[in-house]
Amino acid sequence: MSVIKKLATSVALAGAMFGTPAFAQEEVRIALVVKALGIGFFEAANEGAQEAAAELGNVEIIYTGPTDTTAEGQIEVINALIAQQVDAIAISSNDTDALVPVLNRAMQRGITVISWDSGVAPEGRQLHLNPSSNPLIGNMIIKLAADHLPDGGEVALLSATTTSTNQNIWMEEMNAVMGDYPGIEVVATVYGDDLADKSYREATGLMQSYPDLDAIIAPTSVGIVAAAQAVVDAGKVGQVNVTGLGLPSEMAGAIESGASQSFAIWNPIDLGYSATMLAYELSQNGAEAAPGAEIPMGRMGTLTLDENNEGAMADPFVYDASNIDDFKSIF
Amino acid sequence: MTDTTTTRYIPDRLNSRAVRILKSWEALLLALAIAIFVVNSFASPYFLNAWNLSDATFNFTEKAMIAFAMALLIISGEIDLSVASIIALASTAMGLAMQHGAGTSELVMIGLTVGLLCGAFNGVFVTILGLPSIVVTIGTMSLFRGISYIILGDGSFSGYPSSFSWFGQGYIYWVFTVEMLLFVMIAAIYVVLLHKTNFGRAIYAIGNNPTGALFSGIRVQRVKFILFLLTGLMSGVAAVCLTSRLGSTRPSIATGMELEVVTMVVLGGVNILGGSGTIPGVVIAAFVMGLVTFGLGLLNVPGIVMSIFIGLLLIGVIALPRLWAMAAARRKA
Repeated sequence: MSVIKKLATSVALAGAMFGTPAFAQEEVRIALVVKALGIGFFEAANEGAQEAAAELGNVEIIYTGPTDTTAEGQIEVINALIAQQVDAIAISSNDTDALVPVLNRAMQRGITVISWDSGVAPEGRQLHLNPSSNPLIGNMIIKLAADHLPDGGEVALLSATTTSTNQNIWMEEMNAVMGDYPGIEVVATVYGDDLADKSYREATGLMQSYPDLDAIIAPTSVGIVAAAQAVVDAGKVGQVNVTGLGLPSEMAGAIESGASQSFAIWNPIDLGYSATMLAYELSQNGAEAAPGAEIPMGRMGTLTLDENNEGAMADPFVYDASNIDDFKSIF
Repeated sequence: MTDTTTTRYIPDRLNSRAVRILKSWEALLLALAIAIFVVNSFASPYFLNAWNLSDATFNFTEKAMIAFAMALLIISGEIDLSVASIIALASTAMGLAMQHGAGTSELVMIGLTVGLLCGAFNGVFVTILGLPSIVVTIGTMSLFRGISYIILGDGSFSGYPSSFSWFGQGYIYWVFTVEMLLFVMIAAIYVVLLHKTNFGRAIYAIGNNPTGALFSGIRVQRVKFILFLLTGLMSGVAAVCLTSRLGSTRPSIATGMELEVVTMVVLGGVNILGGSGTIPGVVIAAFVMGLVTFGLGLLNVPGIVMSIFIGLLLIGVIALPRLWAMAAARRKA
């Protein structure tokens, strides 16, 4: 139990803890910082980022994040990224405000900083990439129903609560574009409070009150699953189409049974791809993030920035029988 | 016995003082810290940079402040698992006060006071009602953070006065941060408190044999109550630093920090069952944890793998001396 032996063991222990790092200085290093590792949605975003990197050629993606969804964890990660002098940081943040000081420091050291999915306050980033926008979502939810009703028909809305900000805005935006969908009539709006059992009862009630109902639109991931179940239980598969916003993992069964023809939500792969493209444009091609700017993002077209330097990526992505199997294991 | 005039030196221990220090836990840890530092310097070209190392100290300064008080508590045979939740509650209280126009000095006072009150709350249940501290503080862990969630929901407080950011974002001189200064000062205070005062001796006595300590005239419950107060106060200090550094308060602030604090204390050589441990050990353990997480971060090792490393490090450092002792015993037999 000599001191030398103790020292030798400690060194060996420490040595074993570190692998051999590979340095490729000529590559552009873009860090994709997520809320927490081990979440399917973000793993899919990383897939998109890798796709963008392959397309750009000389880009290395550093996919990283804390183990818990805390701001402190992300700050530790960002400190390490600043120390490595990465070229760009694209972050989905755990806290709008808490990350501003550390991201400011990153920008002072010449690092491009953008946020995506979950934003950072404007002073802490150059631009923010929203997966979609309220008008695009409002249009999409009615389009999903109308696409399967070429001769028009009766549809009903199953929302979350009467005070849910997001749902109310989306339904307002939907009403604004109803003129584009002649023959489609919204016969009722009910509220399931984002509770599975209440949403189920409300959906069942809709089918009883409106026997000719053709579609139920639920712009909430809880409501859409409950409504699909209600349609199956009422034996109305094929007569009533359930659509709206949902998660592929939860909706796979409804697509399979035919209760839902299609639904929409953002595509995390496209989101990771676009974030990477934008980070590259800003840090390498001299693109300026300023209100009104149009920044290219590869196969996703261009991002137009509003007065807060925010932009919407695209229409929500439509999931149906043709692609549900690829996505149901992701998120 | 008989009167002798010889001045022959009779050692009361088998090893000299120098050998004892070299063979101590702290020496082992220090060697580990130096080894990690050297390995990191070779592993990443970005490691040996004053500013980067300065940034990296934030990984451990706040946790270490609590770890010092926690070390005393654990040596006395108790534990406080509610420290991270105390941070959440103290930070929420500061946020509320800020919204009502409190200035920087009031915010600090409120943060520290809430910390003290939470510590007193734990202390009352453990020392007056005689409940096990692990049960009480698991309860208050949910309670304190629960209050923050009730007040904040999924919202947050932000917009702290700019002078308040000095604690968590300020620099004393060059790369030396305010938090580093606090860390050094608090470490010094705890070294004196534990190793140079009667109070410190009493903590060891209680941890080794509470009944014996009681019959020796030590006010066991009062000492323990003070230790809970100190742990609460230190959580308040950490809450001020963390809130100042983040510039905002969310109810999820400092989630999971209690386990990192306990890990730091145990890695520092404090016996989890009480009775032994030193503050210098905890100081070195803080550096070890900070260096490991920063070094692995520079290599972009995912956080999940990092947790595995910290876990292995803890088990390894705890198990190795035990294995050596067993091997030594077998050799003698």
